[in-house]
Amino acid sequence: MADPVVTLDRVGVRYGTQWALRDVTAAFPAGAVGLLGPNGAGKSTLIKALLGLLAPDTGAMRVLGLDVKQSPLSIRARIGYMPESDAHIPGMNAVSFVAYCAELAGLPRADAMQRAHEVLYYVGLGEARYRNVETYSTGMKQRIKLAQALVHDPDLLFLDEPTNGMDPKGRDEMLELVRDIAHHKGLNLILSSHLLPDVEYTCDHVVVLDKGAVATEGPIAGLKGHGGRVFELRVKGDADRFVATLKAAGIDCHESEEDVMRAFVPEDRGARYLFELAAREGVQVRHLRPSVPTLEDVFAHAVGER
Amino acid sequence: MPIHDQGYQRYKGHRGPHGRRWWVIARAGIVERLRERRFLALMLFSWAPFVVRAVQMYVSSNFSQAAFLAPSADTFREFLEQQNFFVFLVTILVGSGLIANDKRANALQIYLSKPLTRVEYLTGKLVTLMVFLVFVTWVPAVLLLVIQMMFSGSTAFILDNLFLFPAITVAAAAQTLLSAFAMLALSSLSKSRRFVAIMYAGVIFFTSAMYQALRQITGSTVWAVVSPEDMLDVISAGTFRTAGPTSVPVPVALLVVALLIGTSVWILERRVRAVEVVT
Repeated sequence: MADPVVTLDRVGVRYGTQWALRDVTAAFPAGAVGLLGPNGAGKSTLIKALLGLLAPDTGAMRVLGLDVKQSPLSIRARIGYMPESDAHIPGMNAVSFVAYCAELAGLPRADAMQRAHEVLYYVGLGEARYRNVETYSTGMKQRIKLAQALVHDPDLLFLDEPTNGMDPKGRDEMLELVRDIAHHKGLNLILSSHLLPDVEYTCDHVVVLDKGAVATEGPIAGLKGHGGRVFELRVKGDADRFVATLKAAGIDCHESEEDVMRAFVPEDRGARYLFELAAREGVQVRHLRPSVPTLEDVFAHAVGER
Repeated sequence: MPIHDQGYQRYKGHRGPHGRRWWVIARAGIVERLRERRFLALMLFSWAPFVVRAVQMYVSSNFSQAAFLAPSADTFREFLEQQNFFVFLVTILVGSGLIANDKRANALQIYLSKPLTRVEYLTGKLVTLMVFLVFVTWVPAVLLLVIQMMFSGSTAFILDNLFLFPAITVAAAAQTLLSAFAMLALSSLSKSRRFVAIMYAGVIFFTSAMYQALRQITGSTVWAVVSPEDMLDVISAGTFRTAGPTSVPVPVALLVVALLIGTSVWILERRVRAVEVVT
């Protein structure tokens, strides 16, 4: 198995008295890794710490085998960063901006310009490459942020909420791009998102952060198939008491939609066991359907446990 | 399978070493300014005093009736003092947006996620401004010295005033360094270049007015220490070996300028960060 591209050893980052990351220990393998977590979980903080933009208060970090504290410039030469918020160099058109970023990353001027044109075509901005970036729509700004992160051909990409503010079509296209980069272009990437479908579609591995700590990590396929069967059910009666009963019986349960809950029944039990518990609590099962485990379940399971 | 993949390709070319990225920033800043016609007009206009002085030197060298126009060491000090006006305008036009615009567009996180340090970023911005400031101070002043030698056909003037070249260099350096550092520091405090321009003009006019008021009240010129512009005049007078406009000694003026530059560096160190942590 290839060496991990990022390793974190008891990393802690504090804003004033508030710990944004606390004792985070994790390994991000090569390939596409999702950094998942609710808003405020510490995803962006972790990326900024890995870039060397924030100094951690505790712990050590290695990116592509290099220590972040000792070799921040060598690391930044080999990584690309797509920030979450709108970011561009003012007063430049797209091709100048992307070429400028390539030069800042050390590419010679002629190569920088050639790469800028190629990458802008790749991200779908070929026709708009002579327009001032400030006139771009939100979706186009997301694409140009990806282009500037890609232009110097990094070995590792950090994508912070790449589909933020995009319409459904743009979002699909962006996810296709991310998936293509990770699976066909040989780049490693860490995709930070709170959107489970985005991570599930593009990544093979996931690290779930919650309240500044790792809630769970592993290959998505492995985490989804954590044993047992999943049922979707809707009940009539005291749902809260029923959920408490299920949990007491070792059945993990969370709500997915308004009144639909997803229950994780151990392998040796089946739907009948759910009916028995419902009957014991005087709750009527109005709907029960077998389902397949999703990343949402993994996420809810991991975050719910904390 | 496509014959040639026109999508994303890996880069196999050369990458430059670290430490020279400041020049990429400076070059981009200079080119961007030179694209503006109004700015080019200002730069040309800033050389009008040079043309007047050059004509004056020509006339005094070639017509004995105009010998009274012959330059002295003080001519060069006066020239640099005249250029103060253009230094002010260029500092505002070039410098006010240097960091403020980057902060407005969140460009700092783009810059600092690349393999360059904050020092390189600031050097690039500083050089952008200083190139234009040197172009309106040191370059024309040294050229005047050369022109004086050419028109007079002798090196006697320069040999008699050997201190002139270092004096021009020191006076211009003090002026450009202080203006550039102060403006960069102010530019890092806001996201609006207009606000920065107003702040800079306010600082210059307010400190000068404060000195004048204190001088009127106390009758002492020692209060010039509150006015950076007057401190530069003191340094200039000291380097050109002429009587100072105030009673402030040159070392004190140098100390004040150094303190102001130090304060600017401190502000820049605190304000130029990719991540602003508000606690």
